[in-house]
Amino acid sequence: MAIKDAISLEGVRKDFGDFTAISNVTFDIADNEFFTLLGPSGCGKTTLLRMIAGFEETSAGKIKLYGDIIENLPPNKRPINTVFQNYALFPHMTVKENIGFSLKMLGWSKSDINDRVAEMVAMVKLEEFTDRKPSQLSGGQQQRVALARAMASKPKLLLLDEPLSALDLKLRKEMRSELKRLQRDTGITFIFVTHDQEEALSMSDRIAVMSSGKVQQIGNPSEIYDTPANRFVADFIGEANLLNATIQKIDGEKIICRLQSGQILTSKSSSKVNVGQSGTISIRPEKLIIKKQNFKGQYLEGKLGQSTYIGTDTQFEILLDKELSLTVRMQNSSLTSENYKNGDQVFLSIADDAAWFLLD
Amino acid sequence: MEKAFNVKQYNGFYFITCLCLFILYAPLLIVMIYSFNDSLSITRWGGMSLRWYYEVFYGLESEKFKLAAWNSLIIALMAATIATIVATAASIGMVRGGHFKGKSASFGLISLPIMVPEIVTAVATLIFFSAISFKLGVLSILVAHIVFCIPFAYLPISARLQGIEASYEEAAQDLYANRWKTFWHVLMPIMGPGIISGFLLGFIISLDDFIITNFVKGAGVETLPTAIFGAVKQGIKPNIMALSTLLLLFSVFLVTLSYFIGRKGNNLKTNK
Repeated sequence: MAIKDAISLEGVRKDFGDFTAISNVTFDIADNEFFTLLGPSGCGKTTLLRMIAGFEETSAGKIKLYGDIIENLPPNKRPINTVFQNYALFPHMTVKENIGFSLKMLGWSKSDINDRVAEMVAMVKLEEFTDRKPSQLSGGQQQRVALARAMASKPKLLLLDEPLSALDLKLRKEMRSELKRLQRDTGITFIFVTHDQEEALSMSDRIAVMSSGKVQQIGNPSEIYDTPANRFVADFIGEANLLNATIQKIDGEKIICRLQSGQILTSKSSSKVNVGQSGTISIRPEKLIIKKQNFKGQYLEGKLGQSTYIGTDTQFEILLDKELSLTVRMQNSSLTSENYKNGDQVFLSIADDAAWFLLD
Repeated sequence: MEKAFNVKQYNGFYFITCLCLFILYAPLLIVMIYSFNDSLSITRWGGMSLRWYYEVFYGLESEKFKLAAWNSLIIALMAATIATIVATAASIGMVRGGHFKGKSASFGLISLPIMVPEIVTAVATLIFFSAISFKLGVLSILVAHIVFCIPFAYLPISARLQGIEASYEEAAQDLYANRWKTFWHVLMPIMGPGIISGFLLGFIISLDDFIITNFVKGAGVETLPTAIFGAVKQGIKPNIMALSTLLLLFSVFLVTLSYFIGRKGNNLKTNK
């Protein structure tokens, strides 16, 4: 174990009656890390967060905060604060009173509370609104109050439960860099829960991808995106062409597979694989290049189908045979004057590291 | 296109509305008007006067009425306060207590007294008090009033609590408040309007109660309703009308207060 693990989960489990919401989750989060729990709704990420906060009891396993066992402490005894999805700002208190609430509960003196509240208010740029009630603030301002309130007591760990989901797109993007800045400036370890993979990829130091109560993969954003651990991760993060394949030959790092449609494709993998095993090949749409002429190197042959213009990129559908099609995405600036027409015969260039083999 | 439903377009809408309002309020109106009648008769108009109001406060029966009013006020205040505390605790248990065995039964038991005919409760309470040799008097009235005020106080309080998201309490606990501080600093202020409505409802119900009070009051102890009833038995005098008018205005004041507090509470809730 590293010396500075902010929080460690060991075999954490949660049962609701017969239903297992979280099964055997184990991971460590380093001090000062921006850690994201990413997964579709119902995957257990919020339950896991609530167990760390103390709102749900663990059915089994240990939770350690800087080495101290905390899973049996009530929420008010854990130096962990939460930014709630609906903010849960106290409606009868002003912005100032909301932000100072934790300090009052901790028994700080009035002048100390005032100083810290002023500091927090400046940090989230709400100086003009300190005497307003939450109902007199916009959604974005409420969000900032919630952040300031949760950080006022300098908790050892800050939990954020989909805090951006109630904001509109533009504000959400602004808040991403704002959150990142707050995390850097305060040095507080963040655990961020989201179902939005773009949010996760853009903000996190590391991401834990979850589905059906299990952690599917933990890694930094590029590991998660480029080298997914299984079909679920490949499918959930970004777009991916997923092809069923069987291993025919292994040559060092190269795994030579046969697709269902009969073509042969060279791929790589992080799993230990053997000849004869079947699995899925994942190829990101932006890693495929469309060419009109036959060329040396690895390629798949197909017919051009529908093309969709999406601003910076154009997305093409390439039909390999009657049932199998691939999605290709190319930047419009890199497209040559070559005219791509529906039904054209094309060749898809696939670099050796573009195809990623996943065991079923 | 279909027209929006508009109740006013039906024939006789205004006539039926006015008739209903007349039937509801004419008797009250007559009592109010005749309370200013400068005549001993309760049916013949003898000119405007405040003599019956003077009579209520300084007349022959004024001492009796003052004592009865004092009893009523003290009993209503204490019964409503105690009932509100019990009802608040019951609401938190019922709404926030999660699932427990006998939850629906508990809810039924809390609200049943509203449905039970009052005369039955009155007789049962009297029998119970004599069975345990409880001395009848102000205290027995108070105990009986606390009991029947609880369901009335419970309804607005639990309704309010149901509308409050549990995340406020979670946030308070998350920010280092223990259970008591969570209740005191967060839940109670947010529940406030419901608690005040419950209190006022209990207060009015207690102030106004006649049947149960009449059974358990014991000899010589009167509340305002029993004192009025006692006076009416000897013939209706205009001072009763003046007294009734005062009682009516007081009730209207309380109901109006309760309404405005409830409305303020709804404004509090908008946190979106």
